[in-house]
Amino acid sequence: MTEPYESTTVDGVRYHQFDVVIVGAGGAGMRAAIEAGPKARTAVISKLYPTRSHTGAAQGGMAAALANVEEDNWEWHTFDTVKGGDYLVDQDAAEILAKEAIDAVIDLENMGLPFNRTPEGKIDQRRFGGHTRDHGKAPVRRACYAADRTGHMILQTLFQNCVKLGINFFNEFYVLDLVMTGDKPSGVVAYELSTGELHVFQAKAIVFATGGFGKIYKTTSNAHTLTGDGVGIIWRKGLPLEDMEFFQFHPTGLAGLGILLTEGARGEGAILRNASGERFMERYAPTIKDLAPRDIVSRCMVQEVAEGRGAGPHKDYVLLDCTHLGAEILETKLPDITEFARTYLGVDPVVEPVPVMPTAHYAMGGIPTNVKAEVLRDNDTVVPGLYAAGECACVSVHGSNRLGTNSLLDINVFGKRAGNNAVEYAATVDFTPLPDDPAAGIRSLIESLRNSTGTERIAAIRKELQDHMDRSAQVFRTEESLTEVTKVIHDLRERYKNIAIQDHGKRFNTDLLEAIELGFLLDLAEVVVFSARNRKESRGGHMRDDYPNRDDANYMKHTMAYLTGDPHSADAADHIRLDWKPVTITRYEPMERKY
Amino acid sequence: MTLVTDAPAEVGAVQAYTATLIIRRFDPDVDAEPYWQDFDVEVYSTDRVLDALHKIKWEQDGSLTFRRSCAHGICGSDAMRINGKNRLACKTLIKDLDISKPIYVEAIKGLPLEKDLIVDMEPFFESYRSINPFLMATSKPEKGKERVQSVVARERFDDTTKCILCAACTSSCPVFWTDGQYFGPAAIVNAHRFIFDDRDEGAQVRLDILNDKEGVWRCRTTFNCSEACPRGIQVTQAIAEVKQAILRGKP
Repeated sequence: MTEPYESTTVDGVRYHQFDVVIVGAGGAGMRAAIEAGPKARTAVISKLYPTRSHTGAAQGGMAAALANVEEDNWEWHTFDTVKGGDYLVDQDAAEILAKEAIDAVIDLENMGLPFNRTPEGKIDQRRFGGHTRDHGKAPVRRACYAADRTGHMILQTLFQNCVKLGINFFNEFYVLDLVMTGDKPSGVVAYELSTGELHVFQAKAIVFATGGFGKIYKTTSNAHTLTGDGVGIIWRKGLPLEDMEFFQFHPTGLAGLGILLTEGARGEGAILRNASGERFMERYAPTIKDLAPRDIVSRCMVQEVAEGRGAGPHKDYVLLDCTHLGAEILETKLPDITEFARTYLGVDPVVEPVPVMPTAHYAMGGIPTNVKAEVLRDNDTVVPGLYAAGECACVSVHGSNRLGTNSLLDINVFGKRAGNNAVEYAATVDFTPLPDDPAAGIRSLIESLRNSTGTERIAAIRKELQDHMDRSAQVFRTEESLTEVTKVIHDLRERYKNIAIQDHGKRFNTDLLEAIELGFLLDLAEVVVFSARNRKESRGGHMRDDYPNRDDANYMKHTMAYLTGDPHSADAADHIRLDWKPVTITRYEPMERKY
Repeated sequence: MTLVTDAPAEVGAVQAYTATLIIRRFDPDVDAEPYWQDFDVEVYSTDRVLDALHKIKWEQDGSLTFRRSCAHGICGSDAMRINGKNRLACKTLIKDLDISKPIYVEAIKGLPLEKDLIVDMEPFFESYRSINPFLMATSKPEKGKERVQSVVARERFDDTTKCILCAACTSSCPVFWTDGQYFGPAAIVNAHRFIFDDRDEGAQVRLDILNDKEGVWRCRTTFNCSEACPRGIQVTQAIAEVKQAILRGKP
């Protein structure tokens, strides 16, 4: 561990210097810290305690072609990732993901992660959606796992190793701005929750690892804190966001609640059934059935319900049948989800099927980066010293639909790359001087919110946003639904200018925090919907009922959205400019996607 | 094809009713002492206590302050005392409490109170850090390979890998309330997780740390910790196994 530089206080703002500053302490952030920490003065800034991060909620596994239990190789994994993403994946990045997966899993095991084991004592592997043997012939056991708490074990193991390395954590510090000196990043501004004080962290290299923004939706597996702050900060700086229209809806959320039940359940043999007990996935994906990729399974579930074959008193969900797996499999390999169903729905998966419906789960899009995790300011140019990794980033290894177990992989592979490249870069440069009073913008934002005298409640605006996003920008979208939600977002952005908070204090002001978070949610929802309207085709997680086919001739390209002009102008088209970025194709020519 | 999945499954069968939450409030910038405040809030019996707290914060009093994140018992943010017992607010359903009576909610005990339901977690994490909560191994596995571990050896410490560091156990312990120097159950649980992992070589170091006067011997086996653990970890048993290992001189 290297000692931090001294901090100073000027005009009530505390100034720190670190060679590398990492924003976010989930899997990607802590994996980056483990690389950077031993080599340079490194700080990890998180709005939560690190172990509260949502990596810990991931359940089923982490993909790597270890071939511990059956034949497998990284090339098959690459192909599955490309096909799973409906060919919008950058294939050079997918190849890196699949190749480096093996070392990423071994790294974690060597750090202490308690994976489940085979009878020979090797890391055990299970099946997961879209992961197949020999280019789609049959499901393959590729997901390395620790019961159904793989994410928990990854988060704990990474935190344990950060403790071992003596990483400097700034816990419950909410990063609100990226400081730019000209066009070079020079630091970040953070709000200390416990005191209400502002801090400026000057840094040579900055890594964003801030996670997703599932809270733009009502029904979501995401934590309350997943409000897209990091992605929103980048957006407000005028830097682009890529492929924001692609949001993943995980098929098996607990009905009405959205709490995740791992795809690993289907990996272990669970079956989706409609009201009449039919295994409906046989009709849609005859080869791999319930283990089709998530976008496909979610669409089929919604279609079953829409056509009147839903279960329950309101026919508004389908059933995840685990009863044939037996108590022992459920208690040993799927204990947490078994408990979730019992606790939150009062349903015991051992004896009865569990009501499920799709739940907003994962943003495929985000901050565009290259394979070195360097943030892009356009299709080709990097922002020197700025990196992003994990769900907030878009490399793009997931294209238009991420395969299950590829996100725990992504945070490890690209978190490590971000940490390594950031620390390497920091060794070659001096600090970029900060502009005068770099916290000025955030100070005035906070003061205006704290002293707000408006009449609108934060929670009311947020609820309307989430309700409408669920209704109009969820699994199925149309021009009509997207136009409707565009108007709603516009009205809500207007109302947001007139909000009031009730807590005017400085100490742990979570009322203020929620107000700021809502601002990010509104910005990002607008980009998601605006990008979705522009893509008049159906691909992966983006299903347009009015354009039901994939259209490679016109849309085999990434969306790049830029904030231009007055962000508060009424019409999104007046402040969002859309552009395209080519998809990198190496080995696999796009084909029809059948399973 | 749009579709709204609004209500929880079977919600038609559930009646909303008014619950009274009596919450221990404290803002040291304003209040000389903590005080109890009543809130009436409309809830469903299938709601979590966290849902009720959110309804209060979002509809009645934005200054009510608590930590939360995942809302389904995984992140460990929202440990609090609910009707005198340490629980996670997101894992406690209203229907599992006595709904004929008010619900009392206060911060967990034994850690410095910061505001309302928020305590300073630093002493808790300090204790956690002091037991070397990471794999200590000098042996190098074959490059690019995992260490081999049998299914049985992996199972040996499974229970204590479930810890989410919520502090429900430690802050339910009467010894910890009276002696803030005591390591507390959570730190011992995390030591157990490594002491009984056969890949680890640091057992002796940790056993020596926990043989301290503020270590495992302070445990009075009141089982509060086991009852409090939202992950169902047999905390008291884990502490007992560490005590036995100290006496044996090895795991």
